[in-house]
Amino acid sequence: MTLDWKLGGVALGVVFFLAVLLVKPIGVSTQFVILDGIIGDAVNAELVVKTEEGYTSSNAYLAKSGGKYAKAVANPLNYSFVFVIAMTIGAAVSGVARSKSPEERKVPAVWAANFGDSVAKRYAGAFIGGFIVIFGARLAGGCSSGHMMSGMMQTSLSGYIFTIGTFGAAIPTAMLMFRKG
Amino acid sequence: MTIFLAIVIGAGFGFVLDRTGATNPNKIVKMLNLTNLHLAKTILMAIGVGTVLMFAGQMTGFVDVGHMSVKSAYIGVFFGGAIMGFGWAFSGYCPGTSVTAAASGRKDALLFIAGGLLGAAAYMVVYGSLAGTFLMDEIMGGKVTLGTVPGAKYEGITALQGDLVGIALGVVFIIVAFVLPNRLVGDDAPKGAVPAE
Repeated sequence: MTLDWKLGGVALGVVFFLAVLLVKPIGVSTQFVILDGIIGDAVNAELVVKTEEGYTSSNAYLAKSGGKYAKAVANPLNYSFVFVIAMTIGAAVSGVARSKSPEERKVPAVWAANFGDSVAKRYAGAFIGGFIVIFGARLAGGCSSGHMMSGMMQTSLSGYIFTIGTFGAAIPTAMLMFRKG
Repeated sequence: MTIFLAIVIGAGFGFVLDRTGATNPNKIVKMLNLTNLHLAKTILMAIGVGTVLMFAGQMTGFVDVGHMSVKSAYIGVFFGGAIMGFGWAFSGYCPGTSVTAAASGRKDALLFIAGGLLGAAAYMVVYGSLAGTFLMDEIMGGKVTLGTVPGAKYEGITALQGDLVGIALGVVFIIVAFVLPNRLVGDDAPKGAVPAE
């Protein structure tokens, strides 16, 4: 059962508001980098190193902005990383109350209607999609949460530029690729 | 304390994202091919409510203006957004909804996350060579807001009072959510003819 847009929109808006009121605006895509950093640092302990002023990294991206990403990698129990982990708890609680068929869990109906019900094909598509989405979100410096929702909510110029770019590409893509359903 | 808040707000966000249908790739795709705008109305309503509450709270002193965190505007925001938009439409997931969709039992979302971790790693590798290019050139000063928010550390691109601009835009978002039709493209499917999940 999906919430009506008025109730769902108010609930979602209140969550974004509470985040700013109590801590800071919501964002998600950075945490993909942080998890990569945690994995990378576990494999190669030289990736993130402590300095006198804080943390830095041999990777230019982790080292940027005074090493704030490097610091998060070194301290995974930070607000933003725990936030994303906690999102899975909330979604799991909500998800158990929904019934999804075994097919839908692997291949969403709209994908099956347009590209067939091959699980391997959907998994490959989802993997490639994930690569493109996170690469793009990192180039942009944020995603639907950080730029679009939190950004436009704060009247950030960047949020508006991001949203124009995103929908400008997403709507034609969806209209061309998903003609059924 | 902040870790406690991370758990409470994060769990609340994940729960509401799933409840609104944002974790469902079918609803994402149908919003983007303009055949079902229910989720677009939800998003517009959310931004409108969030912005009105935040700026009204700032004006009354209830919300600390220092909690604002405005991201920089640069050329890559537009192109990165467009790249993300392509992948979003193609896969039906964005970063936040992939994580919550996987938690709600969608197995294809796990593949999306795996691809995402590789995409993030690829960006970490190429970042050094992108850093000096036009992609990182700031637009209109970078970390700026549309109006000038009293007490904020960010400059406005106009001299308009930023909190009033925010509230006015928030009201516009809410109005658009109401007037936006349920669909812009395709035949009128009878209500309930398509399984919701």
